[in-house]
Amino acid sequence: MIGNYPLHLMILVLLWGYIYTSWSLMGRLGLVSFGHGAFMGIGAYTVVMLWNHFGWSPWAGALAALAFAAAVAILIGYPCFRFRIVGHYFALVTLALSEVARLVIVALRDQTGGSLGATPNSALHGGATAAPGALQFSDKQVWFWIVLAFWLAGLWVWRAVDRSMARLALQAISEEEEAAASIGIHVARAKLRITLISALMTCAGGVLYAQYQLYVNPDTVCGIGISLQMVFGAIAGGMFVMLGPTVGAAFTLLLAEGLRLAFGNRYPALDSTLYGAMLVLFIIYMPKGILGAALEALRARTARPIAPRKSSGMPSA
Amino acid sequence: MEVFDIFLLEAILNGLLLGGLLALLSLGLNLIFGVIDVVWICYAELIMCGMYAVYYLHVQYHWPLLAAMAAAVVIVAVLGVILHQFVIRPVLGAEPINQLLVTGGVLFFLQAAATLAFGIEFRNLGVTLPSIRLGEMSFSAARLVAFCVALAGMLGMYLFLSRSYLGTAIRAISQDRAIMPLMGVSPARIFVLASALGGALAGLGACLLVLQYDVHPAIGLSFGPITFLICVMGGLGSMAGGFIAAFVFAQFISVGGFLFHLEWGYVLAFAFFIAMMFWRPQGILGRR
Amino acid sequence: MQMLSLTKVCAGYSGFQALFEVSVEVEAGEAVAVIGPNGAGKTTLLRVISKLIGATSGEIRMEGASLARVPAHEVVSRGIAHVPENRRLFPRLTVEENLRMGAFPRAARKRYGERLEFVYGLFPRLEERRGQPAGTLSGGEQQMCAIGRALMSGPKLLLLDEPSAGLAPVVVQAIFDLVRRICAQGYTVLIVEQNIRQVLKVVGRAYLLEAGRIRLAGNSREFLDSQEIRKTYLGL
Repeated sequence: MIGNYPLHLMILVLLWGYIYTSWSLMGRLGLVSFGHGAFMGIGAYTVVMLWNHFGWSPWAGALAALAFAAAVAILIGYPCFRFRIVGHYFALVTLALSEVARLVIVALRDQTGGSLGATPNSALHGGATAAPGALQFSDKQVWFWIVLAFWLAGLWVWRAVDRSMARLALQAISEEEEAAASIGIHVARAKLRITLISALMTCAGGVLYAQYQLYVNPDTVCGIGISLQMVFGAIAGGMFVMLGPTVGAAFTLLLAEGLRLAFGNRYPALDSTLYGAMLVLFIIYMPKGILGAALEALRARTARPIAPRKSSGMPSA
Repeated sequence: MEVFDIFLLEAILNGLLLGGLLALLSLGLNLIFGVIDVVWICYAELIMCGMYAVYYLHVQYHWPLLAAMAAAVVIVAVLGVILHQFVIRPVLGAEPINQLLVTGGVLFFLQAAATLAFGIEFRNLGVTLPSIRLGEMSFSAARLVAFCVALAGMLGMYLFLSRSYLGTAIRAISQDRAIMPLMGVSPARIFVLASALGGALAGLGACLLVLQYDVHPAIGLSFGPITFLICVMGGLGSMAGGFIAAFVFAQFISVGGFLFHLEWGYVLAFAFFIAMMFWRPQGILGRR
Repeated sequence: MQMLSLTKVCAGYSGFQALFEVSVEVEAGEAVAVIGPNGAGKTTLLRVISKLIGATSGEIRMEGASLARVPAHEVVSRGIAHVPENRRLFPRLTVEENLRMGAFPRAARKRYGERLEFVYGLFPRLEERRGQPAGTLSGGEQQMCAIGRALMSGPKLLLLDEPSAGLAPVVVQAIFDLVRRICAQGYTVLIVEQNIRQVLKVVGRAYLLEAGRIRLAGNSREFLDSQEIRKTYLGL
């Protein structure tokens, strides 16, 4: 029997791996979102609030959360892609989004508990270990299988998107918007589809997280902090490779746990400090992430060409 | 509207004062972006470092307040240069997203390092300035001072940029970087100068903020996102645009916070930003 | 005294070579043209001189001293001013601010006032428009401003890259008159041009650059008389 603690770690690795994978569906195509915390927050808070205040089963709550996330994704995504808001601007708009979400949660403190967070009311009465209707299980093994299923589903979606025409088109789009548009590919619609998928998956991740941890907090499930964590987790592992984000999740978690075991709680933010430093180094020296770089070294392929930011500019005679 | 609400006026005026400070913060970001074409996502964290610098120099080492502040401005200017030389320069040739991400990494790092070094407690400067009453309205002197200094700082930058050779070069490089060497200007040196100036502006902002707010490692999250949104709304890289946008934003925050609850002011401001992005994606005075 | 000498210079961009063992000489006070068709490498030649791109082999000497170790931003202080193709003014800076940028090197700043007067004397129209953003000027005025900007550094050698490009014939005439006046002032000028007939009237000597190689060299008279030139480039 695997002990509870290793199980807990594996569950977190798979769950965050799944969430990072969802993020990188967009990220690898140049749609770098700094706002996915909003979707996770929507997932987590919607189920908990509907359960606590209205007695909605988290299954129904999850559907509501997904609908909500879809609406937000379209509301923000459609105008963004229609008006060609890309790059820096897109990243900052999505950043605004995650902050709005976090602030709304805090502002509605009477309902949500504000910065203190909230806990879903327990459905495990009288020593029961499972309440499937309320999506609460005290046995970690059950959670392991649930999360594993989602993780695999996430990888399957990755594969599907990877293979479809849309991905090739988006590749062209992310590199040369003008040319792709002239070939008649409906840029905005393609981007929106990927955004929608990514948002829904992340939202589902939020639901699972809330039900597993049985505690939500605007800073742990929403806001720029968590959004950045997703970005970095995916980058560290390598967002162009299917298993990259999962490797990133494993790396982050194991780093945090390792440091905690070594130093106890004496240096509370040591793991984050090292993580931050490593991220900077990663992006400078290993922009493809751990897994990506490793795979490349193995295959000894030539590196994906990075276009020079600004050439000297003057046309030759 | 039967009776003119004096407290609404107070909120509007407070918004004005806040706007001045936000305009100063956005100035540094816009300068960096205009010259180097990189967004320092960690800008607010640099400000946080400046705030800690003032705190430690004044409270722990008993430096006179003004000396501590002057030192903080220099310290953050140096941090800006270090950031540019060691973090930004290696990725200048890479995709723009990498540049955003690398400064995001620095954000993470600085917040964590600050927690490690200083702990999570809120630190207060221990300097209390009086409230100034104007009829039934009262204004914090700290805010007034911040507003005046911010305006002075911006005026100084404006004069520097428009009158001096270096200032003109800074404006020129954002319009045509490739031919700067033909003018005898080394782009690399201008980048360092801009980084130092951007850092100095952040340091100045830190001095003004630390008068009003307690410093703690996550304080960057309080005004960082706002500063970016102001810059984007004004047109990323446009200092004049950021100036205008700062005051507009501040009004939303102040009046919105007055009419509803505090956080709703921010929510309104952010929602307004998102709406603005759809109406004018390049920003008020943006060009790209 | 030889002002500028290029000896067997090779240069290119990533992937392809643009100049093949090019040798060019310009004496002090001379006006020399480099002519040739599109894509010949004329602009590359000037960029190699002003160090915007590096030569892969060969020597470039200015007043006898090698430019090999001189970084691009120090070339101006060696007395070389390059007016790039398409003017390349700073569009949102005013005319006067553009001229001010030309005087950026420390030595030039000291003479800013007198040089500004000189440039306005050469181009009265610029003085009228001194406060206007340079991007709002007409093509001919922009060219004048670009040349004026180069003169603000008090150069010994002026590099002009296709000053007549994209300009109406009347304006082209004015520009070449200007170049003639500048030459008369004693500046050494190396001018790259596609407008062969006009430029040969202004310079004393010329080189023909084709596909990165110097094919012909001689004085203007020789060029105008050459059957090959007349047939290939002047359509006669």
